[in-house]
Amino acid sequence: MIFLFYLLSTIMIVCALLVVFSKNPINNVIYLILCFIAMAGHYILLNAQFLAVVHIIVYTGAIMVLFLFVIMLLNLNKAIIIRKSTVTRVSAVITGGIFFLVLLAATRQTFEIHAKYPFNSEIGLVSGIGKTLFGEFLLPFEISSILFISAMVGAMMFGKKDA
Amino acid sequence: MDYSTLIFKAIFLIIILLVTLVVAMYSTYAERKVAAFMQDRNGPNRAGPFGLLQPLADGLKMFMKEEIIPLTANKYLFILGPSIAMTTALLTGVVIPWGDTLTIGDHVYSLQMADLNIGILYVFAMVSIGVYGIMIGGWASNNKYALLGAIRAASQMISYELAMGMSIIALVLTTGSLSLHDIVSQQHGMHWNIFYQPLGFFIFLTCAFAETNRAPFDLPECETELIGGYHTEYSSMKLGFYLFAEYVNMFISSAVIATLYFGGYNMPFIDQLGLSSNAVTFIGMGFFFIKIFAFIFLFMWIRWTLPRFRYDQLMNMGWKGLIPLAIFNILATGTYYFFTSLK
Repeated sequence: MIFLFYLLSTIMIVCALLVVFSKNPINNVIYLILCFIAMAGHYILLNAQFLAVVHIIVYTGAIMVLFLFVIMLLNLNKAIIIRKSTVTRVSAVITGGIFFLVLLAATRQTFEIHAKYPFNSEIGLVSGIGKTLFGEFLLPFEISSILFISAMVGAMMFGKKDA
Repeated sequence: MDYSTLIFKAIFLIIILLVTLVVAMYSTYAERKVAAFMQDRNGPNRAGPFGLLQPLADGLKMFMKEEIIPLTANKYLFILGPSIAMTTALLTGVVIPWGDTLTIGDHVYSLQMADLNIGILYVFAMVSIGVYGIMIGGWASNNKYALLGAIRAASQMISYELAMGMSIIALVLTTGSLSLHDIVSQQHGMHWNIFYQPLGFFIFLTCAFAETNRAPFDLPECETELIGGYHTEYSSMKLGFYLFAEYVNMFISSAVIATLYFGGYNMPFIDQLGLSSNAVTFIGMGFFFIKIFAFIFLFMWIRWTLPRFRYDQLMNMGWKGLIPLAIFNILATGTYYFFTSLK
């Protein structure tokens, strides 16, 4: 199990770095897909089969397909090299460095994280998730569904030219 | 997990793989024979008796052909495309319960590789990854027709996945479980889900045709408009992988339909025969395969009967026909169970 954890983590981190560093948009998307699949593996290690599969269906199977779609239709085949002035580069490095410092300082002494709820190995299975979503978190769940509907309707309105 | 189970699982996995490949191989032969029968021809009859060796000859031909990778293609993605298509097609067979339990000595083995808690969703996940095989292959060819074919395939598969998922929700409402093993064992004794979910079955069947890119939904490889669609630039065994993956998908989706709606390995009057449990398992497995072959025949029958849809007809049917129908099915099923459970 530990070995699998490290294997999946290595795949995820390498793919995530390649998403950032690779210059070809198609390769970026493919590394992101690999990253998501490795993440689904992490869910399975936590015995959250339902979350793992939904993660693959939604993120890998739907959202990334749309990403790939857009890139293919725009034919962004060529590597993008963005040129920025020296001032922008230097300031970007300084800002990034300061942000890293803040993160490091914030997490330096928080090695032990106490979960509010005790870990329940059944929580990632279908019945566990269903009971949690439709019991304890019913209101946030329903509100987020309204949010999704409004986003969908909004996208339709934008899509219609003479609305 | 002790060693005997592990060895059994390994052997069983290899058997599933071989059976899947052989069935897919002979589906190509069956397809040509069915087409010939419908068009009043003879079909393949040169290689071996009744042309039975034709799939082998075809496979050999595919391997021997020259392999061409276009200079303008993205080489790695060009190879990745058919690999993804084939891998995801083969991965789905793992969760299907091919039979009941088998007793060898004092061990009881289950004839299902993995009884996942979320069996149906796993099938969906593999189908949704399978889109990438077509998309990446079509894009990497660097050919306009291939790209158009890939985009058609992807949009078609995404659109029909929605209706398929919704027809499954209604099924899950009746069964109360996502595990394929539970779904099959609940259908014991002619309680097949087709009698409880007839509308859901028709939606699922239609979507299965669209997901496997079979006629009348084979627009991605519509030869009068797009030459070969997404596999225009492919040759040799890479083309073979794409064509073969389609037949593997057809076999697996027939197995899924038989499992979900037609009782899987259950058969009527099996309890009255008074056979030993192993014999029952083997008869059930045979019956399951008969159901699968019946669905494969249905796939072929429809392919050689119906003409192809136009693209806008396809999209209209998916979004304006099947999805509202599936939502209605969910509502009707939910209402029924709400009122029957009140009593």
